[in-house]
Amino acid sequence: MSKVAIYRKEQFNAAHRLHNNTLDAAANSTLFGKCNYPNYHGHNYDLIVKIVGEIDPISGYVYDMKLLSDLIKEEILERFDHKNLNLDTQEFKDLNPTAENISITIYNILRPLIAADKDLYITLYETPRNYVEYPVH
Amino acid sequence: MVYLTRIEHFNAAHKLYNPQWSYSENEAVFGKCANENWHGHNYELYVTIKGMPSADTGFLYDAKKLSALIKENILDALDHKNLNVDVPFMQGMMCSTENLAIAIWQQLAPVLPSQVQLHCIKLYETSKIYVEYFGNTSTF
Repeated sequence: MSKVAIYRKEQFNAAHRLHNNTLDAAANSTLFGKCNYPNYHGHNYDLIVKIVGEIDPISGYVYDMKLLSDLIKEEILERFDHKNLNLDTQEFKDLNPTAENISITIYNILRPLIAADKDLYITLYETPRNYVEYPVH
Repeated sequence: MVYLTRIEHFNAAHKLYNPQWSYSENEAVFGKCANENWHGHNYELYVTIKGMPSADTGFLYDAKKLSALIKENILDALDHKNLNVDVPFMQGMMCSTENLAIAIWQQLAPVLPSQVQLHCIKLYETSKIYVEYFGNTSTF
């Protein structure tokens, strides 16, 4: 059997600001620039969830795309879409909502919900020009 | 007549919320866009001007100068800002994409040089939603 990668792409729109609670206002401004502006800004986040695994001989699927879409909607979009990541989510109460930290958070939410024999990778676009991947491979 | 378009982008937070209505009325009309703590977008802005090219330069208008005008008059006010809270020219208005496009037109039209006419403000809120504004007098 050979492994195949499948990808599902979703989008969510959210507000955030970058801020380190252990630094003072001036240090935050120097470190994060306009991303630290106090009244938040926002992005259209494009999320790509990649699953790698063997094809199921009965279905011909690595993973049912509809079920994957439903899983992402229920677990990720319900949490983050049209929310303020800093104010409205438990995940970023004490974690700076950088694209890096958001991608790791999404991975950690989804990983236990996908069979262990499948590999999971997250790609997250914060803008069309800035994106991150986790885990690194 | 030649049309020249400059594409710029900015990232901003906003919410759709009419302060004259109750919270439940806002939720009924605007759904999750009414979230009190804001959400946000990557906005893509297309500014189209029209006119005839200069005989000396071959330009309708120097695209780099157009970019600088958009940056000074629009992006500096909007980028990484909260549209409802931080932007003087959106005060007292609903921060819809429609109203934002009209407001951008109103900011830009007076600062363009006389040989150039503003033709269209096209504003993408998401990759699937955009508005176009051609000014009050346009008949399309």
